[in-house]
Amino acid sequence: MLDVPEWPGHRAGQHLDIRLTAEDGYRAEREYSIASAPGEPVAITVERLDDGEVSPYLTEELHTGDALELRGPVGGYFVWGPEDGGPLLLVAGGSGIVPLRAMLRHRVRSGSEVPARLLYSSRTLEDVIYRAELEGHDEGVEVVHTLTREQPAGWTGYTRRVDAELLGEVAWPVGESPLAFVCGPTSFVETVADGLVELGYSPERIKTERFGATGGK
Amino acid sequence: MSFISRGFRGRRRDSEVDPSRVPPGQYVTDDFPVLSAGPTPHTPIEEWTFSIVAGDERKTWTWEEFRALPHETVTVDIHCVTRWSKLDTIWDGVSVDTLLEQVDHDAPYVLASSDGGYTTNLPIEDVTDGKAWIAFGYGGEMLEPEHGGPARLLVPHLYFWKSAKWVRGLGLRDENEPGFWETNGYHLYGDPWLEQRYAGD
Repeated sequence: MLDVPEWPGHRAGQHLDIRLTAEDGYRAEREYSIASAPGEPVAITVERLDDGEVSPYLTEELHTGDALELRGPVGGYFVWGPEDGGPLLLVAGGSGIVPLRAMLRHRVRSGSEVPARLLYSSRTLEDVIYRAELEGHDEGVEVVHTLTREQPAGWTGYTRRVDAELLGEVAWPVGESPLAFVCGPTSFVETVADGLVELGYSPERIKTERFGATGGK
Repeated sequence: MSFISRGFRGRRRDSEVDPSRVPPGQYVTDDFPVLSAGPTPHTPIEEWTFSIVAGDERKTWTWEEFRALPHETVTVDIHCVTRWSKLDTIWDGVSVDTLLEQVDHDAPYVLASSDGGYTTNLPIEDVTDGKAWIAFGYGGEMLEPEHGGPARLLVPHLYFWKSAKWVRGLGLRDENEPGFWETNGYHLYGDPWLEQRYAGD
């Protein structure tokens, strides 16, 4: 959680840029989605990448009371507010949940009744971020998890990577003119976006945000 | 005194990379990240056309006609506004000069438009005199859809959002009309060496 003097406010789905400067002037900058809703203190959720340069610092070194240089909010497209309507389909792969969680918090705080469905893919139950918070939503928000690598005993939910068939079972019917936000690693987003287009979703009503490395050349 | 992040050392990258090739705030990656605002379009090649529109004049090429044009292989560095830079990327494409030569034009700006509705604006000087291509090949292979195939605009001296994926046309314009990202908080011009990422930079 960040205490940012004169923060101008933000929209759900926006991100901010963090800049780290070493004593010799060396700098590294990265973008992070804002995890909190408009009106809440600015917060980010950082996934530590083993080969990362900034995430290990933010998750291991940074102490309460340290200063951080940041800039934002940034981004005007991958954003949602109740005025945008729905029904909302949010599809998250791993840490792609962060901006979508901000949207769900905004939905709650604004008293919106736009129906929302979240499809959230994680490797294991321990990898699910905001688990308790997501379980605590009212019936206006349906949360569907898929655990792709390992499941706890007695798990009755999905156990595979999101594919066209899974999407077909979870996504809002096209006739309801849903608005979709998809966020996660690029191959996940590609599969999901293509799957939604195949279901008949209008491409202009599918907004995507991709992050993480691709492993491609 | 400028801001120092307590305890941050950073990971100094290969000394093989000449730092003068890396714009401020960027880091070099071997990866080729994919970023997009929406689903990847898949226009069948037999329906694909590329057009230059200048006032009432319109010149259109089919895929066969486009591929019959003189093209070149170029090696360039590319810089994404999200901060990754990739050096020595190899592209095959038709120079935008070759295409513009076929049309009488005199406008100061272009608006590139793509399948899916993406647009981006540029001054004409930034896509002429060997500075821009319509690229159909990357790394010696045909350009994949995820990276903008069958063809994308390639303008390496600006942030890579200006290199519109799935490009289908260039419209000559009298005004510098902001395109998609330019309307969504990003800089109108986008020079990575001046770190012109966002509107107002």
